[in-house]
Amino acid sequence: MPSVMIRQTADGKLSFYVAKKDLEETIDTMEFSTAEKWGGEVKLTDGSLFYIDPMPAPKLPTTIRAKKM
Amino acid sequence: MTTMTREETEALINEVLEVYPADSKEERAKHLMANDSSLEKASKCITSNRKSLPGVMTIRGCAYAGSKGVVWGPIKDMIHISHGPVGCGQYSRAGRRNYYVGTTGVDTFGTMNFTSDFQEKDIVFGGDKKLAKLIEEVETLFPLNKGISVQSECPIGLIGDDIEAVSKKAAKELNKPVVPVRCEGFRGVSQSLGHHIANDAIRDHMLEGVEKKEGGPYDVSVIGDYNIGGDAWSSRILLEEMGLNVVAQWSGDGTVEEMKACPQVKLNLLHCYRSMNYISRFMEEKYGIPWLEYNFFGPTKIAESLRAIAAHFDDKIMEGAERVIAKYQPLMQAVVDKYKPRLEGKKVMLYVGGLRPRHVIGAYEDLGMEVVGTGYEFAHNDDYDRTVKEMGNATLIYDDVTGYEFEEFVKKIKPDLIGSGIKEKYIFQKMGIPFRQMHSWDYSGPYHGYDGFAIFARDMDMAINSPTWSGMKAPWLAGAEAPAAKAVNE
Repeated sequence: MPSVMIRQTADGKLSFYVAKKDLEETIDTMEFSTAEKWGGEVKLTDGSLFYIDPMPAPKLPTTIRAKKM
Repeated sequence: MTTMTREETEALINEVLEVYPADSKEERAKHLMANDSSLEKASKCITSNRKSLPGVMTIRGCAYAGSKGVVWGPIKDMIHISHGPVGCGQYSRAGRRNYYVGTTGVDTFGTMNFTSDFQEKDIVFGGDKKLAKLIEEVETLFPLNKGISVQSECPIGLIGDDIEAVSKKAAKELNKPVVPVRCEGFRGVSQSLGHHIANDAIRDHMLEGVEKKEGGPYDVSVIGDYNIGGDAWSSRILLEEMGLNVVAQWSGDGTVEEMKACPQVKLNLLHCYRSMNYISRFMEEKYGIPWLEYNFFGPTKIAESLRAIAAHFDDKIMEGAERVIAKYQPLMQAVVDKYKPRLEGKKVMLYVGGLRPRHVIGAYEDLGMEVVGTGYEFAHNDDYDRTVKEMGNATLIYDDVTGYEFEEFVKKIKPDLIGSGIKEKYIFQKMGIPFRQMHSWDYSGPYHGYDGFAIFARDMDMAINSPTWSGMKAPWLAGAEAPAAKAVNE
C-alpha cells in the first residue's frame, strides 16, 4: 500500500508519484473521475495497475494510499 | 564523422558491450540507447536509477554528496557539520563554487569545513557525546550562525549513533534549528537519494510549523539553483527585471529566513528538477503553491522560460517578460554572430548530473553546435522522458556510463567537445579532445541567464579553438603517418 501523490500536470493529465520509489508516471485511465466518486482502478502509462478506494474527488495535489494490483 | 544512423548507434553500443561478461553485458545494455525522440516514455528503452555494477568505474557520487554537497551545503548562514571521519567533509569543501555574499566565519560559513573528525575510539564507543560537544563549541565560536545541520557520513549509520536525540536536545538549548540528516553515503544507488533525504529533512525541520503567509502578488522563489559561479544571480536579475519579486533563493546563496519565507510565494521556480522536486511537491500539496520547471541556458530557452513564467501572472509581468527579451536580444545576437562561425557544426558529448544533460542542449544549439550524446549520473525515468524530446534521433543516450564505455564511445564518435566532470577531464584532454568541466563550469561561470550565455559561448570557443590542439602531434611526426598519435587515439 504505497503512499502516492496525485497532481494535475500542465497538460491536464494526472501524474502519479510514489515518493518511496521515486516513481513518476502519468495516469492513463481512472475508473471513476466524477466529483462524488473518484478513484477505483488506476492504470498507468507503463501498464501497471493500482487501486484507490473510491472517494469524493479530492483537491489536487493530494497524497493517498493506493494498492498495487 | 557524419551523424550516425540508428543502426550505427546500436552497432556501436553492441561493440562496446562486447568485452563484458554475459550477465554484466545484459545489465549494461538496459542503460544505453539510441534515441527515438517520438517516444512518450523513455522507460521502455532505458533503465535508470539502478545500482552500479561491481567492477566497473562508475562516475557517481554518494548520498552524503547529494545532501551536504548539493542541497544543504550552499545554505550560507547555517553550519553544516560533516559528522564522521574527516575526509568526506574536507574533499567536498568549497569545490562546487557555490558563491555567496557575506563574511565567511562571521555570519556565513559556506566555504568552511566543520567535522567531528571521528577516531577509532568514536567508532568503538559511539560519537554522540562528541557531537554534543562539537555543537556547543560551534555555538561559542560562531554565535551568528542561524542553525546547524548534522550531515551523517557512513560510520554514523553503521554504528547506530542517535544523532536525532542529540540534535533535538541541542535545538532546545540553543533555540535554533539543529537538523539531523540521515544521508549516510551507503544509502541508495547514487547522490539522488541524498537529495531526497535532504529535501525531507528540510520539510521536517525547516518548514515544520511554518504557516502559509499572504505575500505580494508577484512573489516567487528560485529553487534548485546552486549559484555555481554566480548562476542564481544572473537568473535572478532577469526575473526582477520583468517585475517579479524574488523572495527566496535555494540553496545557492540561500539563508534560513529565505527557506521560511517560501510559503508566501505565488510560484516556485524550479531549476534543478532532480534535486529539489521533492520539496516543491510538498509545498504544492501543503501550501497550494504551483511549481514550474524552467531553463535559463541559451537565449532560445530563456525566452521560452520567461514567457512560461510570465503566463502564471498578469499582463504587467507578461509585458515585462517581452521587454526583457527584447532588451537582451541584440546583445545575444552579437554573441551568436561572434561565436557561431567559430563553433558551427561542432559535435558535443555530455555526461553530467541532474539537469544539464538536457538543459544545456538549447544553449549549444543556439551556437550552431550539435549534441550527439548525453547521459546522466543519477537520473530517474522521468528525467529521460524529458531528455528524449530534446535530443536528435538516433543520438546516443547513456545512463550511469562507466569509464570504459565513455572512452570507447568517444573514440568512435569523435566529438569536438566533451562536457563532463573533473574525473573525466584529463583523460579526454590527453586523448586530444577539448573538454569543459560542466559541473562547476571549469572555474568559470555563471552560465545561466543572458549574461551567462555570453560567458558560456566564450568558454566553449576557448576550449575548442585553443591553439593547444594543433600541438598534439610532435613536430617531427607532423608530416608522417604519425603512429604515436594513432596510439593515443586508438
